[in-house]
Amino acid sequence: MNLVTPDFGLLFWMVLSFSILLIILKKFAWKPILKMLQDREDEISKSLEAANQAKAQMEKLNAENEEILKQARSEREAILREAKAAKDKIVSEAQTAAKLEADKIITAAKNEIAAEKEAAMGELSAKVAELSVEIAEKILKRELATEDKQNGYVKELVKEISLN
Amino acid sequence: MNLLKKLTLFALIFITANFAFAQNETNQGAKEEAFEPGELIMEHIGDAYEWHVATFGDFHLSLPLPCIVYSEKTGLHVFSSSNLHHGEQEFEGFRISESENYKGKLVEIIDGEEVRPWDFSITKNVFALLFSVSLISFIFIKMKKYYENNKGKAPHGFFNALELVVLFVRDDIAYASLGKKHGDKFMPFLMTVFFFIFINNLLGLIPILPGGANVTGNIAVTCVLALFVFVITTINGKKEYWLDIFWPKGTPWWLKMPPILPAVEIMGMFTKPIVLMVRLFANITAGHIIALGFFSLIFLFGAKSAGAGYGVSTVSILFTVFMSALELLVAFIQAYVFTLLSSIYFSMAVAEEHEEKPAVN
Repeated sequence: MNLVTPDFGLLFWMVLSFSILLIILKKFAWKPILKMLQDREDEISKSLEAANQAKAQMEKLNAENEEILKQARSEREAILREAKAAKDKIVSEAQTAAKLEADKIITAAKNEIAAEKEAAMGELSAKVAELSVEIAEKILKRELATEDKQNGYVKELVKEISLN
Repeated sequence: MNLLKKLTLFALIFITANFAFAQNETNQGAKEEAFEPGELIMEHIGDAYEWHVATFGDFHLSLPLPCIVYSEKTGLHVFSSSNLHHGEQEFEGFRISESENYKGKLVEIIDGEEVRPWDFSITKNVFALLFSVSLISFIFIKMKKYYENNKGKAPHGFFNALELVVLFVRDDIAYASLGKKHGDKFMPFLMTVFFFIFINNLLGLIPILPGGANVTGNIAVTCVLALFVFVITTINGKKEYWLDIFWPKGTPWWLKMPPILPAVEIMGMFTKPIVLMVRLFANITAGHIIALGFFSLIFLFGAKSAGAGYGVSTVSILFTVFMSALELLVAFIQAYVFTLLSSIYFSMAVAEEHEEKPAVN
């Protein structure tokens, strides 16, 4: 029976010491310990979340970089293509311009040559006419110096006309 | 692995030490009187005014503890229990009773009659209690300091292991049955109760000073723990809790009219903590009794013949090792069960809407 009868002294000490233990631990141990554990758990979950976010951001950045790279590459190609087209155009334009200029120069030269030629021809024919007249004068002076010879020529001319 | 080896060694040393002490006791006993296993066991699991460690022949190695008694007639007396000479002598009119009523208790002799004074003595159990309370405070205040000094770092070593238990109590006991809001409110009590029971159970398994006292196997200790649970449950009882006791839903009106059902329900209020008290007390005491019983077997057989004694000792020690291992488990399970049931009772008290909770007893 002794075993199951609570002893007054022990009851007293137990109430006292357990209350003190409860108060001390509540104030100096459980509150700070549990708070720190909670804080650490929050921190861990926050860190994990942050890490995940960072990873996602990294992936996004990578994708963006890829995109930018791709864009840059296509842009470069476009620029190159454009440059090539421009070059071709410039070259062909230059060629046409040059050809035109050359043609113009040639035509001008031709024209000048023709004009010069004409002028020369005109001058020449004038000269020839003059000379011919002079020659003819001199010939006529000599040929038709006698009457006979004049008549004979007239006759010949008439003959020629009647033939026509 | 290393820790396990150390623990095993530790247990073996203590068990053999205990064995040696016990043998000394019986050798002496054999000369004078027959070996009484019942008395040996009762002495070990009971309380005492001194802390008996070992007996060598006629020499008793024990730690004397202070006796504090208040007599209604002669006032306050404070003296060392060594003055009583292990119960053989009287001091200032006090002696340890051998009568049926007060066996083993300090009594005052007034006119030849034994009168029990108000006894506030620091007995073996009180001393062990004070020791464990200091130990628990020390451990957890140290743990707090450890956390403060290692903020933002991963814990390791002893406090990491302890943290596991703290988290177990928090997540699997308090939050599991009370939810976060109420769990936080009752957390300090649940934590304290859990570690008080657990550490005292473990100390009870160590056979020599400062362990070996049967603190959690003492009805007064478990009674106070249960009292705390009862008081906290009753104070925190919400409307639903009392309604459940006096006018439960889903019960025919003629049944819940006084006196039948309310009487049963009111009894239930008290049986819950009483069950807690008895379960812890009985489990821990039973564990001590079984371990001591196996030892007693050695000497009972040894008294018949030395050979039988040695033969039985092998089996007994094997069984005791097994029992010690089992007791380690029980030490944890009982702390767990007490705390879990306390938190379930609290959750019944603070439940805000009526829910069908499984009856746990």
